[in-house]
Amino acid sequence: MKDTKIKEPLFSAKNRKLLTAPLNKDNPITVQVLGICSALAVTAKLEPAIVMAVSVTVVVAFSNLVVSLLRNTIPPRIRIIVQLVVIAALVIVVDQILKAYVYNVSKQLSVFVGLIITNCIVMGRLEAFAMSHKPWESFLDGIGNGLGYGLILVVVAVFRELFGSGTLFGYHIIPQSFYDAGYANNGFFILPPMALILVGLIIWFQRSKNADLVDKS
Amino acid sequence: MKSLRNYLDKIKPQFQKGGKYEKLHSTFDAFETFLFVPPHTTHVGSHIRDAIDMKRTMSIVVIALIPALLFGIWNVGHQHFLSHAMDVGFWDKVGFGALKVLPIVVVSYVVGLSIEFAFAQYRGHEVNEGFLVSGMLIPLVLPPDIPLWMVAVATAFAVIIGKEVFGGTGMNILNPALTARAFLFFAYPAFMSGDKVWIAEKADTFSGATPLADAAIATGGSVEFSHSLSDMFWGFIPGSIGETSVVAILIGAVILLVTGVGSWRIMLSVILGTTVAGLLVNLVGSNAYTNVPFYYHFLMGGFAFGTVFMATDPVTAAQTNRGKWWFGFFIGVLVVIVRIFNPAYPEGVMLAILLMNVFAPLIDHYVVESNIKRRLKRAKANTKLQTKVGAV
Repeated sequence: MKDTKIKEPLFSAKNRKLLTAPLNKDNPITVQVLGICSALAVTAKLEPAIVMAVSVTVVVAFSNLVVSLLRNTIPPRIRIIVQLVVIAALVIVVDQILKAYVYNVSKQLSVFVGLIITNCIVMGRLEAFAMSHKPWESFLDGIGNGLGYGLILVVVAVFRELFGSGTLFGYHIIPQSFYDAGYANNGFFILPPMALILVGLIIWFQRSKNADLVDKS
Repeated sequence: MKSLRNYLDKIKPQFQKGGKYEKLHSTFDAFETFLFVPPHTTHVGSHIRDAIDMKRTMSIVVIALIPALLFGIWNVGHQHFLSHAMDVGFWDKVGFGALKVLPIVVVSYVVGLSIEFAFAQYRGHEVNEGFLVSGMLIPLVLPPDIPLWMVAVATAFAVIIGKEVFGGTGMNILNPALTARAFLFFAYPAFMSGDKVWIAEKADTFSGATPLADAAIATGGSVEFSHSLSDMFWGFIPGSIGETSVVAILIGAVILLVTGVGSWRIMLSVILGTTVAGLLVNLVGSNAYTNVPFYYHFLMGGFAFGTVFMATDPVTAAQTNRGKWWFGFFIGVLVVIVRIFNPAYPEGVMLAILLMNVFAPLIDHYVVESNIKRRLKRAKANTKLQTKVGAV
């Protein structure tokens, strides 16, 4: 009997979809509208945005994995507390690693690393996915959602750093001749409202490409 | 006129369904209705008792803006030659001012209208005429030395983000002209604030502080204004192109009020709000700025321009009559608060109006709710009375 059950390959079509769907049609920021707060706060420059994206990916993936392993033993009434303990432990680990290896970026990110604990994406994926799926699938879902979050962060950060400071990763991209001709950096891009507008424009663009995402009303 | 009409009638079929230029239908429509009163205005028996359409309304606002524009053109030249201590004739000043101001007007109109037309074609809507006014308002609230490409960027931002994403004219939450100004204010603060930008090509040796700057930097017991009260009233002061002359703006206000296009409730309540807040601040009088008599607030900066042309925008202001009083009153109060208590923003009119634009729907909501409640109460009292009468 045991041999008749076909083992699902690690990267079956269904599992691959877990990875790719959050990049577009199930994006945590533009479709699920989670994690907006940190997306506004850390995207003024590209470098912290990437570090933040990686941190969130790691936290979501591993908290998904751990909670999925524990899912049958967690009493439903205290599940939120158990989830928070798992997330908080992981965030502290990530925070310590950032402080040890990329101290400057860690200082720029300041409280927002700690606030990953309250990032809606992490809790959202735990509640919506990890509590009801197997560990490997949950892990992939975590990676996928982390990457989907990171994708938006990077796109927004590229625009904001390029137009707000004229740089990317701190290197000057816009040539000096532009400034001599009267060009000026757009200070509005440095301010959080512009991040909100950029996310809005991305949502606009995405929905005009995917008609099935548009609300029917 | 007749030949123009005939020409339009001749080419009209090409723009209608099945015609060669069917796609450009709304462009044709925009020009036709701009040149001639369209046949579909109201004549009798409708709930809208008016024989004019939006294009006529907007044209009146543009006419009301002309005094401020003309004075602005002269004053840009006047301030420039004053700063260089040159005594030149009237036409030299006008010529210099026109060279500064007209390009800004052209850029604002070309960029804004191209985007409006593009959106109208794409969505298959009619071209809306709201931008005829916005396109004139934008140059008038900018400093004369603003680079033209910034005007273009700000106009594009205001039309796309401020208006089109909400569904175009009539659907916007924020006043488009002020959105453009706010965008520039936060994006390029070096070009929108400070003591250099308010006089075109200012001589370095000339101080040229605006009354608002005088008030903001004042220390000690009272503010030393570098301009007399009458200069502020007539508008012989540096500032944004169209905002300096209270007289020119008052002429516009009279046009708006006589034709009924602008709301007198809003204008009056803004003035009331500033008066009340100004008097309160005078009572406290803790530093130089708080000792400035309240009527100075009417003459400094963009107060007059904002009150007459920005706060009364029919789309973004409160819609109910009672709501208009609150809307205007809070703008007036906020102007004083921002000017005096926020050192980062010497001018509060723009931010006050934008903030109240956001609150306008809420104000309307509560006015409508309270009206419903009052009428329900009355209805209940009546039925009670009737049942009593019936029982007897």
